[in-house]
Amino acid sequence: MEILIAIAIGTLTACGLYLMLRARTFPVILGLSLLSYAVNLFIFISGRIKLNAPPIIGEGSQYTDPLPQALVLTAIVISFGMTAVLVIMALGAYLTAGHDRVDTDADPEDQA
Amino acid sequence: MSQLLILPVILPAILAGAIILIARNTLNAQRAISILGTIALLALAITLIQAPTQSYFLGNWPAPFGIALVLDRLSALMLLLTATLALIVLIHTIRTGWDTKGRHFHALYLFQLMGLNGAFLTGDAFNLFVFFEVLLIASYGLMVHGGGEARIRAGVQYVAFNLLGSTLFLFALATIYSTTGTLNMADLAQKLPQIPANDTALIRVAAVLLMLVFAVKAALVPLQFWLPGTYANAPGPIAALFAVMTKVGAYALIRFGTLVFPTDLPATNTLLASLLYPAALATIAVGALGTFGTRSLPRQIAFAAIGSMGTLLLAVSAFTPQATAAALYYTLHSTLATAALFLIADLTRCRRDGMTAALYMAAAIAMAGMPPLSGFVGKLLILDALRGDAIAWAAILIASLLTMIGLARTGSDLFWKSPSTEAPAESKTAILLCLAALATLTIAAGPITSWLTLTAEALHAPTAYIAANHLGGTK
Repeated sequence: MEILIAIAIGTLTACGLYLMLRARTFPVILGLSLLSYAVNLFIFISGRIKLNAPPIIGEGSQYTDPLPQALVLTAIVISFGMTAVLVIMALGAYLTAGHDRVDTDADPEDQA
Repeated sequence: MSQLLILPVILPAILAGAIILIARNTLNAQRAISILGTIALLALAITLIQAPTQSYFLGNWPAPFGIALVLDRLSALMLLLTATLALIVLIHTIRTGWDTKGRHFHALYLFQLMGLNGAFLTGDAFNLFVFFEVLLIASYGLMVHGGGEARIRAGVQYVAFNLLGSTLFLFALATIYSTTGTLNMADLAQKLPQIPANDTALIRVAAVLLMLVFAVKAALVPLQFWLPGTYANAPGPIAALFAVMTKVGAYALIRFGTLVFPTDLPATNTLLASLLYPAALATIAVGALGTFGTRSLPRQIAFAAIGSMGTLLLAVSAFTPQATAAALYYTLHSTLATAALFLIADLTRCRRDGMTAALYMAAAIAMAGMPPLSGFVGKLLILDALRGDAIAWAAILIASLLTMIGLARTGSDLFWKSPSTEAPAESKTAILLCLAALATLTIAAGPITSWLTLTAEALHAPTAYIAANHLGGTK
């Protein structure tokens, strides 16, 4: 189980980083989404993996840490909102500029 | 337990909501609400700076289980700096009509202040992440205020860079939580010295990841690439407000470097200082060369801001009370000086007369660190704190010279080769206020530095900060 989750996080991070390095906004956004999936999984297992245990102290000695679950919910909400903002801004940039390259080398100020 | 502590976070949030709900279409009401709110924040900051170190538990959940807001001298100082800058920038925005160039300026502005105040007050590492996101999401909106192709495209880069930074922040926090089981900063300060030896490698990884995140915010080389494009393309007043955004990174580095990962912690030892020192030197070099080599004024000021962050973090990297006090003084100075320059750059877009030139010269002198303004005092304090470090002295002095030449050349190009007084006279009130604040900082340097010395000593011996969290459960 640990190995499976570790491989999943590693693969997601590697794919996310690869896509982040592309020169178009759409792959960059996909890459950021993959990275946020990786980090969400990572936070989730930072409370250790426990199967069939409630997140409540009380009945029985087995319980799972509830805090990472709360943290991961917060992180999911924030990364969802941020991705939405980035998509809108990327769309705006695409519609005003007519292309979706990430670099801003074509700045008129730079060529002066 | 004082209830005042929550107000710097709650007040802007309520007012921003009120602006969207009831003053959506009346600009004058929006302006009134946001000016009154900013004045109230300034009054609050002045009240809080006199208060002793204390905490506020959200929902009355005791630390480390709930979220604690902790006010100490450093937090109060940063609140005061933010409120002062916010009021100056807001006056400039309203007098120059920048807020008419797009919708929701005032609501976003107040949300930005909420994020900044929250980041300075929180005593919980995860809550720091949340407030970082609040201030960032507001800054995304403000950065593209007014629109335009170059601005939106620079905005996309800025957002992508910061989202990557947020992801790193979460990785670091999860690593810390999995090794220590807590995210309360005071609790971390107590638990980290006791972690077993085979977990120290994880803590070192987390410490360096956190430092990377704060370095992105503080525009430390090699993570400064987002800053010149963002600041040069943002609306003038917003670039001036962003002068305090890089200081959030510096604040977090000082807070974590003194409270959570002090140099006597066995796990990290002087790891952070040894990484920060060369990076700060490189930042000074990039900032100075950028200022020297750039022709467009907003871009040049952005590089000067990078250089000043380098000087500031060089002092921070020493992690001694004297150097920290000097760094804090320089923080106040460089925020106001950068803001003044950006406001003047905004003014020179349409009007370049003698008065603007005089203001530019005063602000450039402050930025480069020449007497008589506070930049000189700030650099002198830092040089004094780093006595015996020849490399640091050489870097700071050569960088000051390059910055001065660069700013002087742009100034003479701007005001002598292309003077223009055709545009209607625009308000200089805000710039004068900003320069007056710099002058106050210079004249009152004695009392301010002795106050900052006490602040720095409290930072390096954080017993009062930890005690304010009532970790034993007693309140």
